[in-house]
Amino acid sequence: MSWLTQTLSSSIGKKLIMALTGLFLCTFLIVHMIGNLQLFKSDEGLAFNTYTVFMTTNPFIKTISYGLYAFILIHAFDGLYLAYINQKARAKKYAKVNNQSTWASRNMGILGTVLLVYLVVHMGDFWYEYKFGHLPFKEYTIDLSEGTIIDTRQMPDGFMLNSKIEERLSDDNKSKTVIVKDLYQEAESSFANPLLVLFYILGMAAVSFHLVHGFRSAWQTLGANHPKYNPLFNFLGVWLFAIIIPIAFAAMPVYFFLKQL
Amino acid sequence: MSLTLKVWRQKNKDSEGSLETYALEGISPDMSFLEMFDVLNEQLIHENKEPIAFDHDCREGICGSCSMHINGRPHGPLTGVATCQLHMRSFSDGDTIVVEPWRAVAFPVMKDLVVDRSSFDRIISAGGFVSVNTGNARDANSLPVPKENADEAFMAAACIGCGACVAACKNASAMLFTSAKISQLALLPQGQAERKLRAEKMVAQMDSEGFGACTNTGACSAECPKEISMENIARMNREYLGAKLTSSRV
Repeated sequence: MSWLTQTLSSSIGKKLIMALTGLFLCTFLIVHMIGNLQLFKSDEGLAFNTYTVFMTTNPFIKTISYGLYAFILIHAFDGLYLAYINQKARAKKYAKVNNQSTWASRNMGILGTVLLVYLVVHMGDFWYEYKFGHLPFKEYTIDLSEGTIIDTRQMPDGFMLNSKIEERLSDDNKSKTVIVKDLYQEAESSFANPLLVLFYILGMAAVSFHLVHGFRSAWQTLGANHPKYNPLFNFLGVWLFAIIIPIAFAAMPVYFFLKQL
Repeated sequence: MSLTLKVWRQKNKDSEGSLETYALEGISPDMSFLEMFDVLNEQLIHENKEPIAFDHDCREGICGSCSMHINGRPHGPLTGVATCQLHMRSFSDGDTIVVEPWRAVAFPVMKDLVVDRSSFDRIISAGGFVSVNTGNARDANSLPVPKENADEAFMAAACIGCGACVAACKNASAMLFTSAKISQLALLPQGQAERKLRAEKMVAQMDSEGFGACTNTGACSAECPKEISMENIARMNREYLGAKLTSSRV
């Protein structure tokens, strides 16, 4: 075994992989949340739909997203493997246990499994639909001097574009039309289903519990346990990753659901 | 005090074992937990029954022999205290107390409450020492050690190797123990010569013994009778990964 495989297959090495991939996924969550906040704009999805085109065509973002898929899988399988090893280290269980640790820290494997299921559903709902499904196209007409949307129109069924977006200036140069795949509408129709909304809220609760322990824990694994930086790790782990991000994400399905009542 | 004890009884390494219930009367609140066990064993001997085997030696909290999982917690309900320093006043009259051995694949039960902790010895043998040619002690002033380092090293060196960290950890991980042993030497000048080799070999030995990996729950530190800090685990991770990346061993 070379020194590198030896390192990565040691207990600390496996934890290192968990920490590095986990922190990468944390940074992804920040970007994903900021981008998706555009769902709350009342522009019938123009900003969100054009942002989606950018995120799925920009070569830099595309490269990172392949890395992201790989990291999700590595994080999940390394985590499950660690959970298996850890389970095996105590064959005979105690008759009585009085835990002195937090619930979240003891249940990272279960929380992670919930998140994996959530991810499969979430990617099936949107990523798969966007890439392989037949999403309708929407046309926006924008007044260029005011920057406002004058008119929107749902393109008929079966309408196709060669690209994901088409922009055209009007002859008098005063307005432009944008035709784009309507992922916003997909979110709108999906979140009319209260069960799916509930599922998303539970998913975000799992994110919250997973990260309230996970973010802080990743730094500990990397060897960063220091009185100067611990308050920052704790603050970010609790406020950003366990409160703000899950609430912002959970607000999205709730927003669409309430909008349609 | 009258108590009901549920104690793990196991004939030997290969037998199954089970919890047995014992009634005890007239226990003084000033007895230590181990003295209460002495009373119970006297009682069992008088009844011509096999006394309960349990590890103990100094009975003053420094040898790390005692190892009882009491009411779901290693060394019982107090913090920073080994079983021998736990007194019956921490319990109430009429309590039922469940006493089990440490549970870990790397700590096989030998008999009743006695577990084999030689896996810890093998981790130490792998590198938890400094190789120094003996002779006259050096003049202390020729080897300056900052007070902060000395204090931190001493706090890590307070580990008595009882195994409560492994017993408390949901993964039966030995990382608090191993990290304390790596830390105490990494922080001092005497430990520098073998610093990288030590981290690499001790972690490899720890892994091969079948301990789990750390999930940073902090249960180990919370149950440690010497209150060894989780900072040591972070230091071990730095020492190990740094050694792996920079040592000359391929």
